[in-house]
Amino acid sequence: MRIMAQVAMVMNLDKCIGCHTCSVTCKQTWTNRPGVEYVWFNNVETRPGQGYPRRYEDQDRWRGGWSLTRSGRLRPRAGGRLRRLLGIFANPVMPSIGDYYEPWTYDYENLTRAPLSDDVPVAPPRSLISNEPMEIRWSANWDDGLGGDPSPDPVLAKVSDEVKLAFEQAFLFYLPRICEHCLNPSCVASCPSGALYKRAEDGIVLVDQDRCRGWRMCVTGCPYKKVYFNHKTGKAEKCTFCYPRVEVGLPTVCSETCVGRLRYLGVLLYDADRVAEAASVPDERDLYEAQLDLFVDPDDPAVATAGLHPDWVDAARRSPVYALIKKYRIALPLHPEYRTLPMVWYVPPLSPVVDALSTSGHDGEDAGNLFAAIDSLRIPVGYLAELFTAGDPAPVTTALRRLAAMRSYMRAVNLGEEPVLTDTDLAEDDVRDLYRLLALARYEERYVIP
Amino acid sequence: MSAEDLLLKTGRFLRRAVTSDDLHTLHLKGGTEGDFFYRDRWSHDKVVRSTHGVNCTGSCSWKVFVKDGIITWETQQTDYPSVGPDRPEYEPRGCPRGAAFSWYTYSPTRIRYPYARRVLAEMYAEAKERLGDPVAAWAEVTTDPEKRERYQSARGRGGLVRVPWSLATEMIAAAHVHTIMTYGPDRIAGFSPIPAMSMVSQAIGSRFVSLIGGAMLSFYDWYADLPIASPQVFGDQTDVPESADWWDAAYLMMWGANVPVTRTPDAHWMTEARYRGQKVVVVAPDYSDAATFADEFLAVRPGTDGALAMAMGHVLLKEFFVERPAPYFTDYVKRFTDLPFLVRLERHEDAYVPGRFLTAADLGSREDAAAWKTVFVSEESGEPVVPNGSVGFRWAESGAGRWNLRLDTDPKLTLYGEEPVEVLLPRFDGGHSVRRSVPARRVGEHLVTTVYDLLLAQYGVARPQLPGIWPTGYDDAAQPYTPAWQEPITGVPAQRAIKIVREFARTAETTRGRCMIILGAGTAQWFHGDAMYRAFLTLLILTGCQGRNGGGWAHYVGQEKCRPQTGWALLAGALDWSRPPRQVPGTPYWYLHTDQWRYERFDAGELTSPLAPGAFRGKHTADLVTEAVARGWMPMAPAFDRNPLELGEADDPIAYTRDELRAGRLAYAAQNPDDPRNWPRVLTLWRSNLLGSSAKGNEYFLHHLLGAAGNLSEADERAPKGKLDLLLTLDFRMTSSTVFSDIVLPAATWYEKHDLSATDMHPFVHAFNPAINPPWQTKTDFSAFHAIARAFSALAKKHLGVRRDVVATAYQHDTPGEIAQAVEPVLQVVERDYGAVADKLAALGPLTETLGLQVKGVTFLPDKEVAWLGQRCGLVPWGVAKGRPELDTDAKACEAILALSGVSNGRLAAQGFRQLAHRTGADFDELINEDHRIVFSDTQARPVQVAASPEWSGKEAHDRRYSPFTVNVEQGKPWHTLTGRMHFFLDHDWMHEYGEALPIYRPPLDLATLDGQSGALRFLTPHSKWSIHSEFQDNLLMLALSRGGPTIWMSVEDAAELGVADNDWIEAVNRNGVVVARAVVSHRMPKGTVYMHHAEDRLINVPKTEATGRRGGIHNALTRLLIKPTHLIGAHAQLSYAFNYFGPTGNQRDEITTIRRRSQEVTY
Repeated sequence: MRIMAQVAMVMNLDKCIGCHTCSVTCKQTWTNRPGVEYVWFNNVETRPGQGYPRRYEDQDRWRGGWSLTRSGRLRPRAGGRLRRLLGIFANPVMPSIGDYYEPWTYDYENLTRAPLSDDVPVAPPRSLISNEPMEIRWSANWDDGLGGDPSPDPVLAKVSDEVKLAFEQAFLFYLPRICEHCLNPSCVASCPSGALYKRAEDGIVLVDQDRCRGWRMCVTGCPYKKVYFNHKTGKAEKCTFCYPRVEVGLPTVCSETCVGRLRYLGVLLYDADRVAEAASVPDERDLYEAQLDLFVDPDDPAVATAGLHPDWVDAARRSPVYALIKKYRIALPLHPEYRTLPMVWYVPPLSPVVDALSTSGHDGEDAGNLFAAIDSLRIPVGYLAELFTAGDPAPVTTALRRLAAMRSYMRAVNLGEEPVLTDTDLAEDDVRDLYRLLALARYEERYVIP
Repeated sequence: MSAEDLLLKTGRFLRRAVTSDDLHTLHLKGGTEGDFFYRDRWSHDKVVRSTHGVNCTGSCSWKVFVKDGIITWETQQTDYPSVGPDRPEYEPRGCPRGAAFSWYTYSPTRIRYPYARRVLAEMYAEAKERLGDPVAAWAEVTTDPEKRERYQSARGRGGLVRVPWSLATEMIAAAHVHTIMTYGPDRIAGFSPIPAMSMVSQAIGSRFVSLIGGAMLSFYDWYADLPIASPQVFGDQTDVPESADWWDAAYLMMWGANVPVTRTPDAHWMTEARYRGQKVVVVAPDYSDAATFADEFLAVRPGTDGALAMAMGHVLLKEFFVERPAPYFTDYVKRFTDLPFLVRLERHEDAYVPGRFLTAADLGSREDAAAWKTVFVSEESGEPVVPNGSVGFRWAESGAGRWNLRLDTDPKLTLYGEEPVEVLLPRFDGGHSVRRSVPARRVGEHLVTTVYDLLLAQYGVARPQLPGIWPTGYDDAAQPYTPAWQEPITGVPAQRAIKIVREFARTAETTRGRCMIILGAGTAQWFHGDAMYRAFLTLLILTGCQGRNGGGWAHYVGQEKCRPQTGWALLAGALDWSRPPRQVPGTPYWYLHTDQWRYERFDAGELTSPLAPGAFRGKHTADLVTEAVARGWMPMAPAFDRNPLELGEADDPIAYTRDELRAGRLAYAAQNPDDPRNWPRVLTLWRSNLLGSSAKGNEYFLHHLLGAAGNLSEADERAPKGKLDLLLTLDFRMTSSTVFSDIVLPAATWYEKHDLSATDMHPFVHAFNPAINPPWQTKTDFSAFHAIARAFSALAKKHLGVRRDVVATAYQHDTPGEIAQAVEPVLQVVERDYGAVADKLAALGPLTETLGLQVKGVTFLPDKEVAWLGQRCGLVPWGVAKGRPELDTDAKACEAILALSGVSNGRLAAQGFRQLAHRTGADFDELINEDHRIVFSDTQARPVQVAASPEWSGKEAHDRRYSPFTVNVEQGKPWHTLTGRMHFFLDHDWMHEYGEALPIYRPPLDLATLDGQSGALRFLTPHSKWSIHSEFQDNLLMLALSRGGPTIWMSVEDAAELGVADNDWIEAVNRNGVVVARAVVSHRMPKGTVYMHHAEDRLINVPKTEATGRRGGIHNALTRLLIKPTHLIGAHAQLSYAFNYFGPTGNQRDEITTIRRRSQEVTY
C-alpha cells in the first residue's frame, strides 16, 4: 500500500442553480486571453443537452479515456502508444473549433464611431478566429435551459425509451464540469512529450507549459474533453485546480465563487498501488465500488506510517469530500466507465422529486412515500445512472433515498413533530451530520485544505 | 509482453524516475518551472471592495483585483457578518453578471470622452460665435424650426463627435437656463432609478434637478415593480423579508418569481431550506429554473394566477374559517385585519352593494377626524365600538396614545345570525355579477355588515340560512371561486389546488404562520397585477403569516429598499435647502408626453364594474389623469400651462395661482400635453437606459418625444413629433439611451467611485470603492453633476437670478394630508437662488436641523449629527453655504447619508421610536439602541448590518432576521392604513367603480377586442439569465454563454405551426412596433406563449427588419402603456400619493403579438 493524498472536489447537483458564476470567474481569472477565447476550464451544462464540446460523451466518436484489452489490461481507447505515435501529425479524433464553438466579438466601436447615417448604429458579430463577420450558430452553452433540441445528448440516447421531451414531462438539471484530476488520467498517458503530470503532493493534473509541444494527444485522450489547445501559444492548457491558490490554503476560484454553495473541497487518501487494478475491473459497473475501495480511511493505522504531513492527515479526517463520497455514499463519480478514476464527484439531484408523485395523487411529503417518489422522479434515475454509475441504478437510488430520508426527518423536526428515521442505514446522528454538511456548512467546513 | 511494454520497461533505466511495478505510473521530481505562467497570472497588487449598482437586488460585496494599475477580475467577498449558528451564511453572494462586470472597464463599448451630435454641436458653436451668449445660442438652435428638425431627426443615427467637458457642460447649462427662463423649471426632468443601488450617484443628480426646480420622475411604479397591492393592503410601499428568512419558512411557494435566475445570490437559501424539510411549490407558465427545485410544479396559464389564488382562498375560508375555525387564524385576523370592520351597504336595484366603511362620524361622534375612525361590533356588548388604531387616531390631536392595535373588547368577525341581505358582487370572468347574501344589521340610518361577511360572499363560501346563488361544492364549475371553476381558466387541476392550499394552511396553523410566497414580476406586472396580488395576500393574511419570521409575502422586483432612506431622501430632494421637491409619477408622465394616450381605443369606462355608478363612462383615461392632478391626488410636471416662475412674480403667488385657475385663465398642463408650452424640454438620464429598457411603448418615445425615426407603423399625425430640446445621458457604456442622446457624458464605473448600496435581500449596507481612478475623461456622476452645476450657476446668475417658484404637489401618504379630503393640489412657494445652485449642491443646508427629516410620519432632528458632519467633513468657508458641512466629495455624501438615517444612526431611530411611543401608547424600548452607529469606513471594511428604525416595519438584530410587520404584530403598532390593519376591503369610490373593493379575479386584458391589437401569441418579457436589464446583455462573456443576441423563446408546437426552427431569424410584429430576433425552440415552453427576455437592447446583433427596413426594436417596442385608473386615487388614507410608493404602474404583460419566420438573409 502506498498512501497518497489528493485534494478532490464534490459538487452537490441538488443545489446547482445553473448560474454559471463559476464559469465566469474561472474564465476571467484564467482564460480571457487570445488563443483561449473558446476555452472554459469550468463550464456548466444543461442536462439533457449536448455538452461542451458538443457530444463529448460519445466515446465511439471521440475515443477518450481507457478501454480494456482482450487480456484485461488498460489501454487508451484512442489506441496504444505506437498507434498514437503514427497518428501524431494527423490526429483524426479531435474536436474541431466548431465542436466547441467559434468565439466571436462584435463591432462595438460602431456604436460610438458611426457617422451620421440612416439607421441606429449596431454591433454585428465578428469571428475572433478569422476576424470576418460571422453568423452565430453555436456557443459555449448553446442549449442552456433546454434551448433547442436536446435529443443529440449521448446520455439521453441510452435512456431514450424512458424519456419524452414534452412540456408536461420536462426535466432539467445543471452539470458544472472542470477537469476531473483523475487518479488514472488518460491525458497524461496520451502525451508524447511527457508534458502532462499529476502532482504527487495534491493530485492536481497539470500541463508543463515548457515541455508541451502541442501534439494535442491529450485533447483526444481526455474523455471529458477538459484539455484544450491554445491556438496562439500552440500549447495545451487545462484546469489547474487553481494550484496557486490551493497551495496557500485558498479554495479554487470556482468553489469560492459558487453562490449555490454546492462545492466542497477536501483531502482524499488513496492507495496509489492499486490504481491500475481498480481502473481495470472487467465490469464497468464495478468501477464505482472499485474506486471507492481505493480511498483510505484517514483513521486507518496505515495512514500514520505513510509519511504524510500531519496537516494533511488532519485535513483528511475533516474532509467533507470523504464524508460525502465514502462515509455517506451520496456523491458519485462522473462517467466511471471511462476508467480514468475521476476525482470530482457529484451528489445527484433529488429535486424535483415529489412532483411526479403528487401528480398521481399521493402525498409526496409522507416519509413512506418518498422512496416510491424516487422511482417516479421527473429526472429518470436511468439518466443519472448513465452519468454516474455506468448505468447501474442502485447507487443512485441509494444516494437519493438518503437525501430524501434526511429531508423527511428534518421536516418533522421543523414542524415540531416526532421525527421518523426512514433509512435504517443511517443513524440519527448521521442524518443530522449530513444535514449540517449539505445545508449549513460554513466556508471553512466546505473547503478543508491543508 | 507487448512491444510497448518492452519499450517502457527499457525506458525505466534511461529515466531518473521511479516506475511503478505495473508499469502504469512514473514518479518524477521537479520539472515544474512551467507552472510559473499560472502563478504569475494569479499575482496581483491589491484587492478593493466594491459592488455593482444595477437594480438586480443583489447588493453583493465583491473583491476587485488590480494588477499594474489595471482591473483584472473580480470574485465575491465572503466576509458577511454571521446570521446565526443554526443556519447557512450569506457568503458568497454574486452572480455571473456581476462576475463579468470588469469586462466593461476596458471594453470597446466603454464611453471614454464626452460626445455630442455633430449637427447640434456645429449649429450651437456657430450661433454662439455669432450671438456671443450660450443661452441665446441654445435658444436659437432649439427654436428655429429648420435647425430643430435637423438635430432632432439625427437622434439615434450616429454622428456623435468628441467634445471637451467644458463645451458639453456649457451646452447643458445653456439648455437648462433657457428652459427655466422660457418655459419653467418643471419642463426639466431627471430620471435615475433605484437609489439603493448607488445612493450617492442617484442623489447627486436628483439634488441638482431638485435645486433648480426640475421634476424627478418615479421609477418603481413606472417599472411595474411596485406592487400596488402593497400600499393598498399594508399602507406600505414594499416591505419584505431578507432572503435569510426564507430559511425560516416551512412552506415556500414561488409564484411568478424565478429565484435561481433572478435572485441568484440568494437562491441557496431556497435549496438549503429544503434540507430542513421545507416544502417548495412553484407556480409558473413554463418549466422554469425554479420549477426544477419544486416538490410541486403547477403550470398555470399566464396571467390567470389570480383565479388559482381565489380558488385556494375559497377552500381556505370554507375549511379553516367556516367549517372548523382555526383558533390561530381567527385570533390573528381579528387583531390585525379589517375583517371585523363594518361596511355600509348601498341600495343597488333590488339588492345591495358594499359602500364605504362605517365610521365614528356615522355613529354621531364629534371627535376630531371621526370620519376616519372605523367601527366594529363588540362580541361582548353586541354594540358598535370605535377601536383604537385607525388613521383618524394617527393624525388627530385626540389620537395621541390611541393609535394602536390594543383591543379592549373582542371584535365580532361576523354578523351571522342577523338579518340576511342580498348583495350583488361583480365578476369579470365572463359573467355580470353574482347574487349572494350577507348577514346585516342597521346602525342608525345605515345597513351594515362586516368585511369578513362580504369576503365569504365574494369567495362564494355558503353558510346555512344565507340565501343567494352559491357554489354547490368544490366541483361546481359555474360559480366563482371554486377549485373546479378555476381549472379551465388556469389549467391547474382542481384537486391539486385543493391539496396545496390545505397543506399550506395546515403548515401555517402548525407553525404559527411560517408559510411564505415569493412573488415576482411574472405576477406583478400585469394590468391587473394588483388584483392578483391581493388574492395572494389574502392567503397569507388569513393564515396569520404576515409579521412572522419565515412567513408572508416576499416580493422581490427591483432594488427598492434604500435602507438608509432618510439621509438619502434629504440629499436627493435637496430638502436641506428647499421644500417641497418636484417628484412626479413616471407612468402618467410618459403616458402623456409620449402621446401613448392618443392610441388608446377604448374609454375609461370599458373595464369598470357592471355594478358601478358609471363615473368613468365616456371619459378617456387621460381625463382621469387630469382629474387626479386637479384634485391634488397626484402631482404632474409641468403642473400648469404657464411658467411657475411667472406665477411666482405675483405679490401672493398662491392666491394668484388659485385665482387664475378658478377663472380659467390658468390650466393644468395635463389637460393639453401636446401644447408646446407643456412639453418636457430637457431630460437627463443617468444610471439608466430608459430607451433600451424600461420605456414601454418604446416607438412612441422615439417618435413623439424625440422626433427620431422608428418603426411606428401608424403614427398619429395630429400629435407633435420631437418635444425634447435636449436629451442628456451619463453612462459608461453605449446604450439605446446614449445613441439617441444629444449629449453623452462618460461616467465612471462602479469600480471607480465611492458610493453606498443596500437591498431588500439582506440587512447590510456596504460600500463602493474605487479600484482605479476614473480612466480617460470619465467622471463619477458626483463630479459630473458638480461640473454641470458650476456651468449652470455661472450662466444662471446672470440670466435667472433669484426667483420664486410656485410648486404644486399632491396630498402625501404618511402625512396629515392623507385625511385632508382634498379637492385641489397643494401649492407652495419656493425661492430659488439660481446663481447659488453649485454652492448648495456641495453643502448640507440648514433645513436639515431646522425642519428636521420626515419619514413615515415621524421626524428626526439631527442637530448633533449636523455638528458631527461639520467636524467630519469640514465647513464651507464662504458664500450662501458659509458654515455648513461640506458635501464636496462622494465619500462625504456617503457619510451624510449614514449619519442622517435611523437604520445607521441609533440616536435618530430612538427619536422616531419615542415619537411612535407617544402616538401609539405602545412600548418600543426593546427596539432602541442609541449607540448603534455606522460610519462610512465601517462599510468600506465589511458589509455592516443595519438596526431597527421607524423607517421600516421589521425588527433587526444580529440574532433576528428581518421580516416585515414584525413591529406591527409584536408591538401593536398599526399599519399605515385607514383601519390601521391590513386591508381586504378598499372603500374608495373608484375602487367600487372598478369592482375591486374586495379581492377578485380579473383576467388578462383581451387586447385584440379592446384595442385592436393583432396576434394571438402571449408576449411575455421575463428577466434573463444573461443580463440585468440591458446591463450585461452586451457583455461579451454573457453573450458567449448564451445565444449571442436577442432571442424569442417559443414552444415546439408553436414553432412547428410557424415553420420556425431553432436559431431561425424571426420577426414579431404588432401595432406598436417590430422586433427581430433568433428563435429558441424549447419544450420547456408552453404552447401559445413566447418569451423575449427583458431589455435586450437594439445595439447588439440586431439586423434591419423586413417589416420596415429599419433596425429592429427592443422588447418594449411591442408594448404600449395602459393606465389602471384605480392607481390614480389619492388623498384617501393609504391610497395617497408618495413618490415611488403609490402611482400607476407601467404594466406590460397583457401584450400579444404575431410572429413569422423571416428571410434568413439579414443585413445590419
